[in-house]
Amino acid sequence: MAYSEKVVDHYENPRNVGSFDKGDEDVGTGMVGAPACGDVMKLQIKVNPATGIIEDARFKTYGCGSAIASSSLVTEWVKGKTLDEAAALKNSEIAEELALPPVKIHCSILAEDAIKAAVDDYKKKHAQ
Amino acid sequence: MSSTPHFPIYMDYGATTPVDPRVVDAMIPWLREHFGNPASRSHAWGWEAEEAVEKARKDVADLIGADPREIVWTSGATESNNLALKGAAQFYKSRGKHLITVKTEHKAVLDTMRELERQGFDVTYLDVQEDGLLNMDVLKAAIRPDTILISVMFVNNEIGVVQDIPAIGALCREKGILLHVDAAQATGKVKIDLNTLPVDLMSLASHKTYGPKGIGALYVRRKPRVRLEAQMHGGGHERGMRSGTLPTHQCVGMGEAFRIARLEMDQDNAKAAALHKRLIDGLSDLEQVFLNGHATQRVAQNINMSFNFVEGESLIMGIKGLAVSSGSACTSASLEPSYVLRALGRSDELAHSSLRMTIGRWTTEEDIDFAVKTIRENVAKLRELSPLWEMYKDGIDLSTIQWAAH
Repeated sequence: MAYSEKVVDHYENPRNVGSFDKGDEDVGTGMVGAPACGDVMKLQIKVNPATGIIEDARFKTYGCGSAIASSSLVTEWVKGKTLDEAAALKNSEIAEELALPPVKIHCSILAEDAIKAAVDDYKKKHAQ
Repeated sequence: MSSTPHFPIYMDYGATTPVDPRVVDAMIPWLREHFGNPASRSHAWGWEAEEAVEKARKDVADLIGADPREIVWTSGATESNNLALKGAAQFYKSRGKHLITVKTEHKAVLDTMRELERQGFDVTYLDVQEDGLLNMDVLKAAIRPDTILISVMFVNNEIGVVQDIPAIGALCREKGILLHVDAAQATGKVKIDLNTLPVDLMSLASHKTYGPKGIGALYVRRKPRVRLEAQMHGGGHERGMRSGTLPTHQCVGMGEAFRIARLEMDQDNAKAAALHKRLIDGLSDLEQVFLNGHATQRVAQNINMSFNFVEGESLIMGIKGLAVSSGSACTSASLEPSYVLRALGRSDELAHSSLRMTIGRWTTEEDIDFAVKTIRENVAKLRELSPLWEMYKDGIDLSTIQWAAH
């Protein structure tokens, strides 16, 4: 299995690994996937409540190199975006950036699901 | 031998083995000047080729305590499995149409059994215990009056466990059922003596025992006589059981490999046992690490371990200085984890998290130490990245989580 340089880079030097306190008001947490499938992603965003802009993000992933790279990339991309912009992220953009082969496209889909779930979680916390 | 420039340290002997240089040397003359067809009965080119093939046949027979007349050359153990199962089932179908095998067999057996089901046979696929071994009571219970053949592999290619072939053979004799044993991973590792072992058909591979790929053999018992319907027609070679011009250089290669294996098995195994222990000891203090397959009823050359909360393909990516294989779905074409590990009752997570390391004749202590070091480093790094490890450390029982699978 030959990985693209970008996938290898994210694997060797993953960005934003870690966790926020999910009880924190400003944090949205998305957990998607299942161990049975071999892929679980936890994506967290820290939102500035005044501006609605994502200021920081963290991820943890159980999965192959492409899954790790997809979630790492998402944490980079969502910083500085609004919640709606982040939720509009398409898996095809992730797949293209990382040059994912067809058999690994589902990793990018899972990353898209993860950021959407994190945004939803934040919104639920702040639903009036 | 274990590493060439830019290539990782080879620990995938279960996939294939390097051809022993002594075997290569023995083969070359039969590619250059001595190119005759062993079936050419009318001139010296043929006679000398035939002599070389017959010497090689004896070397193969000697490793397993067989008579040379009981050895049929094939293109490999996959073909041997096909010939044994299809050949025997078709010949003896008037006696019955029930066949028995095990869920952990190699695809060469399982897929052939599926094909025989398509042809009208009934096949029972037996479960194994958590340690990978077949339970004799389970086997006994599966036998029917119309059972004609049972197929059980000697040494499992994924987890290295050794089945109790003497006991299974004795049971088959008692019931008048043929026993086929796929010994592809067993030759050179387990002592086999067909004078006393009640096995009727045995598949042999060359490239798992330091011989060339593309050649194998099938042992077919003469006393009592076992008959087969040929699967390859065209000339009646190998007593009508397998037609096709014999590749002299390949037969010589397999013969020489098996001759060396007979002489060096004990020293190979002693070395493997020491290296096996070194590897296990180096990883034994890691949390949540499991050996797959019985701890002692196994060959030393195989170490298959699951590293919980770390996915197999990402681990292989990290240990890039080491060539191993994984029971992870991601490394196979489908998204299904290893069927062997699932048959042991391993959860999907543990099947996804496994590494198969297989060592051999040229593995060194330095190789093992490197393996231990890189595995420890990468398991630690990937656990830092793993939400499952985080939850485990927080005391969460993962089996209670409702996963939002996509």
